[in-house]
Amino acid sequence: MIKKRNFPVFPHRHLLGIRGLSPSDINNLLERADANVAISRQKDKKAIVLRGRTQINLFFEASTRTQSSFEIAGKRLGADVVNMPINNSSIKKGETLIDTAMTLNAMHPDILVIRHNCAGAAALLAKKVSCSIINAGDGSHEHPTQALLDALTIRRTKGRLEGLIIAICGDVLHSRVACSNILTLNALGARVRVVAPSTLLPQGIEDMGVGVFHSMESGIEDADVVMMLRLQNERMSGAFVPSTREYFRFFGLDQKKLKKAKIDCIMMHPGPMNRGVEISSSVADGPQSVIQTQVEMGVAVRMAVLEALIEHCQEKVSKKAYEANCS
Amino acid sequence: MKPIVLENARIVDPSRNIDEMGSVIMASGKIIASGASARNQGIPDTANVINLKGKAIFPGLVDARVFVGEPGAEHRETIASASYAAAVGGITSFIMMPDTYPVIDNVALVEFILRTAKEMASVNIYPAASLTRGMAGLEISEFGLLREGGAVAFTEGKKTIANANIMRQAMTYARDFDMPIMHETQEADLIDNGVMNAGLIATYLGLPGILREAEVIPLERDLRLAELTGVRYHAAQLSTNMSAQAICCAKERMFGISAGVSINHLSLNENDVGEYRTFFRLLPPLRAEEDRVAMVKALRDGVIDIIVSSHDPQDVDTKHLPFADAQPGAIGLETLLAAALRLYHDGSIPLKRLIESLSTRPAQLFGLDAGTLKPGAMADLIIVDLDTPWILELDMLHSRSKNSTFEKVGFQGRVMTTIVAGKVVYSSGLTGFQKTEKFDCCDRK
Repeated sequence: MIKKRNFPVFPHRHLLGIRGLSPSDINNLLERADANVAISRQKDKKAIVLRGRTQINLFFEASTRTQSSFEIAGKRLGADVVNMPINNSSIKKGETLIDTAMTLNAMHPDILVIRHNCAGAAALLAKKVSCSIINAGDGSHEHPTQALLDALTIRRTKGRLEGLIIAICGDVLHSRVACSNILTLNALGARVRVVAPSTLLPQGIEDMGVGVFHSMESGIEDADVVMMLRLQNERMSGAFVPSTREYFRFFGLDQKKLKKAKIDCIMMHPGPMNRGVEISSSVADGPQSVIQTQVEMGVAVRMAVLEALIEHCQEKVSKKAYEANCS
Repeated sequence: MKPIVLENARIVDPSRNIDEMGSVIMASGKIIASGASARNQGIPDTANVINLKGKAIFPGLVDARVFVGEPGAEHRETIASASYAAAVGGITSFIMMPDTYPVIDNVALVEFILRTAKEMASVNIYPAASLTRGMAGLEISEFGLLREGGAVAFTEGKKTIANANIMRQAMTYARDFDMPIMHETQEADLIDNGVMNAGLIATYLGLPGILREAEVIPLERDLRLAELTGVRYHAAQLSTNMSAQAICCAKERMFGISAGVSINHLSLNENDVGEYRTFFRLLPPLRAEEDRVAMVKALRDGVIDIIVSSHDPQDVDTKHLPFADAQPGAIGLETLLAAALRLYHDGSIPLKRLIESLSTRPAQLFGLDAGTLKPGAMADLIIVDLDTPWILELDMLHSRSKNSTFEKVGFQGRVMTTIVAGKVVYSSGLTGFQKTEKFDCCDRK
């Protein structure tokens, strides 16, 4: 049995994004996640931290790894996890987002995990419901748990984040992962670069405190970490990039381009990958790839977030009770 | 090959701001020295010295807008016939537009053009590739791969991209690869079925008119987008005073903006259409005399950077039709210099500025190794008799199509000899070089 350490109370009720978290909040979550890794590695994976709690996963977009990761994280901590299938639910019948959330809220869940294709959807629900909300991706806004698991992966492989050169390459414009990652890594003192054709970069990205590069060779030169982003199918031909052939030639990661980075550079991808579009198979399956570690860290990070939010609410309740007792 | 010394010539080299009597020494395809002081270092004993008796030497002309029929319409013009017509006109390099069939939108076709040019052409041919795939205006072309393949610019040819967002993305993407975009701006909806300049003459002739605004509205849009994206933007051919003013304002705001004008819009006006003469149906249409004068002034002042021929071979099948049914376009490779020299002879543009706009500046804009006579440069040059009077007859033309706007027009000044990489590719036989045989451009080897 692993001994539970005491962590400072997480000061937020929801996890809507990385923006709004202080570096110490982020470190708090990373420390908790670090301790959770061992739970998933032991034979008996069941903990009791969330026993009696209800977690609802409300995914309006198709997702395999994030949804199953949240489900496993909740179950390993002892919560009752409910997955809401969107395809045959009342949403198909025309119910609005808020109505759906209010309905679920009336069933007294403790945590609602939401993914939605609109930026700001999680924040909207947070104003309406009484439980904690975890944003599992809203439009191209934020995906905080992905950023945390990336940070944890880097920290565990490299031992630190401060001063590392991290190149985020690919479709930054449509990526919620990129946005959350830039905020997280900047907060933790890494030197972040983005590498993409200008057509896939949002306006004003340089003011987010990142170096902007339009060529892979110069962008990943001397990098400690190369993070590849997925290029969505519908953006492969047309107005953003001319073709997958051209994209792979100039912005796809292959062994030759990866040689420009530091010799002990690690390569990450949030998945799902397009082999031969943004990444070659030899790199994806090569020794520098830590993609599997990322998935493993995903569960640990989500356990940490669930635990931290529940603890926060508990603390509030007991504080109130204490105050009531005193008066 | 023996070194060649061309002496006693008027050397005009805008790249070094030179217009003086002197010599040009060239050997192994390169210029060794040129100008008044060229002979200071002495000349090789074995050199072949040719006395030009006061004729002029210019850097070979660079034409940034040439339509060729190959592939797809070889009966109008092949790469070989266009190249010989260019040599006769004193053009040693030209940029070929991608309006072919199929459209030049992929690396294989760029390579085809370059290979064919290497085998068949006597002048340097640089392909421009299309901005969007198949010129459909929907998906941007593979700029990176095309640049590696040898494309020097991206352009939609005679078309205008209607969708502002596609244009923005194309500009953004081209900027990353540091490639210039050359765009002709004609608002198709505003042109509707117009065929000539909107005005009194069009009304007299009963022909639907094309407003000046049809050109300037998309031009203004492009200039705003160029400012946003920072791309190098070249307005392919302007015809109105309004457009020149738009370019003038844009140049004050930002770098990387340039513009061209076709020789037709510097030489002719809407009156030339006369009685429905289809060879004078052009796009943009020939405008009023005020616009022509404004174009000349804009060129002199540097608002408009370059002169192009807009060489567009059209055959009997597309020209011998009622005016409104005929295709727009006129050939111009062989008459480009002669027509431009009229502007020098009538005193409206100094010779040095004229040659700059025909040679040095287009080479700079598109990054071509041309347009200069400085030592070490490729020996691409032309020998010109500035004073010879002559009259153009259509059967003198070497182009496969004869749709010239200058039939039976008197010119003053003519190309005597054209030299590309030190090799004589055209000579009229009057300058000490052997006369070249009339080029047989009917069959490929």
